[in-house]
Amino acid sequence: MKISSTKAIMECLLEQEVDTVFGYPGGTILNLYDELYRYKDRIRHVLTAHEQGAAHAADGYARSTGKVGVCFATSGPGATNLTTGIATAYLDSSPVVFITCNVGENLLGKDAFQEVDITGIAMPITKAAFLVRDAQSIPDIMRQAFAVAASGRPGPVLIDFLKNVTSADQMIDYEFIPWRQNRQCAGIQELNSSHQLKNPEPNQQDVEKLLEMISQAERPLLICGGGVVRGKAEKEFREFAEKLDAPVAITVMGGGGFPGSHPLTTGMIGMHGSQASNVACAECDLLIAVGCRFSDRVALDPKTFAKQAKIVQIDIDRAEIDKNVLTDHHIIGSARRVLTMLNERLPQYDSTGWKAHILPMRAPSVAEDSPILTPQQILEVIRLQVPKGTIVATDVGQHQMWSIKYLHFDYPGQLLTSGGFGTMGFGLGAAIGAQMGNPDKRVIHVTGDGCFRMNCHELCTVEHYGLPIISVVFNNGTLGMVRQWQNLIYGKRFSETTLDRGPDFVKLAEAYGLHGYRVRTRAEMEEAFAKALSCGTGAVIDCILDIDEMVRPMVAAGSPITDFLLKEAAK
Amino acid sequence: MKQTISVLVENQAGALNRITSLFSRRAFNIDSLAVGVTDDPTLSRITIIVDNGNSVVEQVEKQLNKLVEVIKVRTLDESSLIGRELLLIKVSANKNSREQIMTICNICGAKVADISPTSMTMELSDTPDRIDTFEDMMRPFNILEVARTGVIALQRGGGKI
Repeated sequence: MKISSTKAIMECLLEQEVDTVFGYPGGTILNLYDELYRYKDRIRHVLTAHEQGAAHAADGYARSTGKVGVCFATSGPGATNLTTGIATAYLDSSPVVFITCNVGENLLGKDAFQEVDITGIAMPITKAAFLVRDAQSIPDIMRQAFAVAASGRPGPVLIDFLKNVTSADQMIDYEFIPWRQNRQCAGIQELNSSHQLKNPEPNQQDVEKLLEMISQAERPLLICGGGVVRGKAEKEFREFAEKLDAPVAITVMGGGGFPGSHPLTTGMIGMHGSQASNVACAECDLLIAVGCRFSDRVALDPKTFAKQAKIVQIDIDRAEIDKNVLTDHHIIGSARRVLTMLNERLPQYDSTGWKAHILPMRAPSVAEDSPILTPQQILEVIRLQVPKGTIVATDVGQHQMWSIKYLHFDYPGQLLTSGGFGTMGFGLGAAIGAQMGNPDKRVIHVTGDGCFRMNCHELCTVEHYGLPIISVVFNNGTLGMVRQWQNLIYGKRFSETTLDRGPDFVKLAEAYGLHGYRVRTRAEMEEAFAKALSCGTGAVIDCILDIDEMVRPMVAAGSPITDFLLKEAAK
Repeated sequence: MKQTISVLVENQAGALNRITSLFSRRAFNIDSLAVGVTDDPTLSRITIIVDNGNSVVEQVEKQLNKLVEVIKVRTLDESSLIGRELLLIKVSANKNSREQIMTICNICGAKVADISPTSMTMELSDTPDRIDTFEDMMRPFNILEVARTGVIALQRGGGKI
């Protein structure tokens, strides 16, 4: 059947069961948006205030639903505005297909209006970047893009269509093939011959060897990494942890891979890791990391990291093995498959003695009374008031670390946070994407005053689409995390971190047609949050905090993991 | 230690760029790089020589394998590879020195590609160290210009990557 190239692009989206796309139109992508107009009953387009917001929204949609996110933008500045969002998705292995259009073939490379080599720019931050110069290749490339984004270790893919490829006179051969079958198509088959699109099958001998290592270990520690979340292996991981009876440390990206309230949890590990996690890491004799790449925020000093332990890495990506920390053993495969194989053969162990040493180090989880509002109080109010399963999107900095520390996440996709790239301004976009993909769940956006200012223009998207997202702003009038470093390491020289300026976030919320609240005490927070939950629209809660609140504990970058610069408890 | 990496890639715009950017990202210096189309016109072979520690190169090999454009990657074993480089070298030459230059060319197996009243241009295809030797021998005659292709390499024997 002959159909127009733009129709083929829409049909290819429907092949992948895409029903929501995020984006922003412009000159070169007009043809695509014109076609989208005819498909608006089947493909819902979410118009954001800025392309970066659209990129984060598609990312948040992908992380919270497990589906591939889709984002449209025009050429030039539209495309470059996506790049922070693309890099954020790349560092956290989130599957998003970014679709941009470029100038026509006759203008390519001539510095035409709004022209930029986006496939060149996106090269180091995508799994693949396609430039489409021939309309007939559209079905193959669309199918390849989705297959690459979703397979193995997921990640973003960019497709850049030349404008002439999308013009109305481009008719191509096309046949609708649902994605489950189109893995057999020619374009995918070629790709499959060199790149195993299906997950690598774990080696049984590697599994046996780990079982043997486990049987000899006395002080095992598990790390739950982002691979458990992306691989939706939470059930398998929980069974493994309970059979092993080992303490479980959770990385930032691993939040939701293992229940935060489980009796075996020791909390975060690394720079702001709990004392229990970090001491367990230093003293364990077997460390099993699942879907964790030992980033410099976890393995602060690779040389002394888990120095008493045999280190075992379970990862789907062969290139992660031995990259940051040299391991003693590894298993290649998806977290779910490897853990299933391990669970089949693993007997029930008992680590009572080791647990009795580690678990009591955990800090009390109840917020202390205080005349002024504290971060822990805010998060406790949120935790007690929100319905079960509420999704939390954060920005980056102190509020992010506090959220991960004090809120408990129970399933993959419940915590949306930029762990790898550390993108300030990620949270609101991600919350919008998550709310679009999960209309039945509540979505809370936890942010700081610095981060919120970066992308708060997306409040118009919250209002326009009637999304009941609550932005909780940890307003300490400073870039708190940077100030913390200046406080501890830079002799209290607070260079350009004080944010003693507007806007008034309550008035800002009202200007966007949302509810705004300002709170200074726990009681006010309880009242405002309850109102915000029931007001039916989006809301902003401006929480006034002390400027010198710190994230505890803290280990300096590059230091051994138990060299605490700040201890768990204050004073 | 020098390592020779042979990479089969799709013959398309941007593939070379993507591969070399992996090396530059990790701040590895490429000693030599040669690219050419293979018997299958949709594929190119890239031969890369890097001078780096073992484990780091292994890391790059794993990263290369993840690229969509890359079909195969193999680090060639130094003891069993055939590596060749092509040299073009132009030196000053007059009627007094021509004969001496010809003697060295005969010993090294180089051919004369061009001649003028004041210069001679030779071509030589050989292993990099023998090309170095020939270049050294030409130095006394005043080298005017040198162009080297970088090494291309295949594994010995009947196997292929």
